[in-house]
Amino acid sequence: MNAPTVADLAAKGETPDVLFWVGCAGSFDDRAKRVTVAFVKILNAVGIKFAVLGTEEACTGDPARRAGNEFLFQMQAMNNIQVLNGYSIKKIVTACPHCFNTIKNEYPDLGGTYEVIHHATFLQQLINDGKIKLKEGGAFKGKKITYHDSCYLGRANNIYEAPREVLQALDADLVEMKRCRTTGLCCGAGGAQMFKEPEKGKKDINVERAEEALGTGATTIAVACPFCMTMMTDGVKNKEKEAEVKVKDLAELIAESL
Amino acid sequence: MAIVQQIVFIGTLTVAGFFIRQRVLRIRENIFLGKKKSIHDRRRERLKNMLLLAFGQKKMFKRPLPAILHFFIYIGFLVINLEVLEFVIDGILGTHRILAPYLGSIYPIATNVFEFLAFAVLTACVIFLVRRNVLKIPRFWSAEMTSWPRLDANLILTTEIALMCAIFTMNASDQILQTRSEHYVNTGVLFLSSYLMPILQQADTSTLIFIERFCWWFHIVGILGFTLYVTYSKHLHIFMAFLNTYYAKLEAKGHINNMPVVTNEVKTMLGLAPAAATPTEPGRFGAKDVVDLSWNNLLAAYSCTECGRCTSECPANLTGKKLSPRKIMMDTRDRLEEIGKSLDKKGKGANDGKFLLGDYISKEEINACTSCNACVEACPVMINPLEIILELRRYVAMEESGSPASWNAMFQNIETSFAPWKFSPADRFNWSKQE
Ligand code: SF4
Ligand code: SF4
Repeated sequence: MNAPTVADLAAKGETPDVLFWVGCAGSFDDRAKRVTVAFVKILNAVGIKFAVLGTEEACTGDPARRAGNEFLFQMQAMNNIQVLNGYSIKKIVTACPHCFNTIKNEYPDLGGTYEVIHHATFLQQLINDGKIKLKEGGAFKGKKITYHDSCYLGRANNIYEAPREVLQALDADLVEMKRCRTTGLCCGAGGAQMFKEPEKGKKDINVERAEEALGTGATTIAVACPFCMTMMTDGVKNKEKEAEVKVKDLAELIAESL
Repeated sequence: MAIVQQIVFIGTLTVAGFFIRQRVLRIRENIFLGKKKSIHDRRRERLKNMLLLAFGQKKMFKRPLPAILHFFIYIGFLVINLEVLEFVIDGILGTHRILAPYLGSIYPIATNVFEFLAFAVLTACVIFLVRRNVLKIPRFWSAEMTSWPRLDANLILTTEIALMCAIFTMNASDQILQTRSEHYVNTGVLFLSSYLMPILQQADTSTLIFIERFCWWFHIVGILGFTLYVTYSKHLHIFMAFLNTYYAKLEAKGHINNMPVVTNEVKTMLGLAPAAATPTEPGRFGAKDVVDLSWNNLLAAYSCTECGRCTSECPANLTGKKLSPRKIMMDTRDRLEEIGKSLDKKGKGANDGKFLLGDYISKEEINACTSCNACVEACPVMINPLEIILELRRYVAMEESGSPASWNAMFQNIETSFAPWKFSPADRFNWSKQE
């Protein structure tokens, strides 16, 4: 796999056209790492001049800010901005809606202004431009797929259609849950919930959402966020449906159909 | 006799005006107890939001049935208030239907339109009462809908029904009196109220005069009383919604407000800026009480209609957690009113030893929020409960270090290994060695 670092390119006096921001989940979480690899595969196949920060990348600070620790968030943000500005990065793509939101909407307040794009939109553009060519009669043709909206793509940033267009390119039968788009139900991980046990209640949010997704009869639940991935996978397991129903990221679905 | 009525009317108007003004000033002062924040940018977008959402009720139409009924009441309210203008002039000058001769043939048309709207309002209010009390729509019965909020809603609906009934009875008796006395100017046939005429036809003239006058007074005093009552009620949204949609946040919903105080300190710590010569006292980090919130958060609390659309979409609330975004707004307003009352009595105000966090809102509630923005999206008047939740979390995290233990561990991981999990930063790029 070819994943150059920005430092590698800089040593050769080059800069990437786009920086792939991997994020903490994409770097450390075993399931999310497979998404990272799938996305890099696509980048390689398309022949885009990209780079990653490698070990120079650090948490954007999103969970710290949402849990209330503004100091820690700004420390992280400022350090990242220094690194990004140091390499004169102009364009960033990421597979994590939380990183996407933070870098796009919150870093400008602290002196970091970039063109930030989520991989759902990125993939959609590549498909529309004919740069991604999918296999004829791919594995998902006619299969029922449902898409779970990530709050940080959807309501937070009004990105509802791009991920759906990517799925349609697979020739799949896209079935919607009742709560979708603006009224999509959260997977339960946002706002730093990923890093603690849920508060007392009747039910876990991810189980509620997994039930809804399973109710569509889809055999694939498509997600576009590493946290949604964890929550939906656990939800499906909780319902003992992991053998029949797979939770997959958009990048994986596309990489499998190349 | 007429002069007595005039004097009583002007007196009533003055007294009502005095109390209403008192309340308006109180609310204004309460809102400005919040932190300063200048909101003067992007006026066109703000105006557009106000026109579309407050004036045009755009978001209400996500749920069509209540939207249409609410629209009747709203239009009725706006238009029937034109009639009240005539009431006030008549009351002061001691005249009767002063506009009739001036408006000529328009007058009966206008009055008929008022009657039809009054009927629409009446019908909508009856259906709303049924929805609340008989069908028991769940969002009107959740935990924070204690006896007062439920009574408040029912009082408003019943009062509106009574006020509309008064209009019909007044117009019916007026039409009979027109056939009996010169004093009552011809209004032409008022279609709806004419159906009530047979019931009143038997009454003698003096009784009819009494009924007509009684309804007139009932309506106008009712409206004045209602206006005063509204300032204590969730019904205040009829005015505040306009302000709130104008001042609402325009950034992407995912954006969280920056804290410039922290920025200055972090910059100094990283050696990016010289330390401030005279360190300024930053006040509290985040919010413990309503006075730590921005004024526009407090304005939002006064705009809340307690409709519960936010709570009915909240994933935490739907799965049985204590958090309810509507309660966040209701608590903010209740606490602010408590402070205001104390200030009116020259009491301690916000320094009474009570706080929004702890006395009204618990940590368990704010800790349950996933920052999913479902509440913000759902609110018909652009209220943002999430902003308040995050300010409270900031206080807990930075002033009390009182966040849940696993969050404190997450903070520590970010600080030491630059990731929320305990991995070595040197391993961050290991994924590239896969396959
Ligand atoms: S942002 Fe928080 S309070 Fe609002 S709906 Fe989501 S979980 Fe509930
Ligand atoms: S915050 Fe908005 S949605 Fe929630 S109860 Fe108040 S007005 Fe309704």
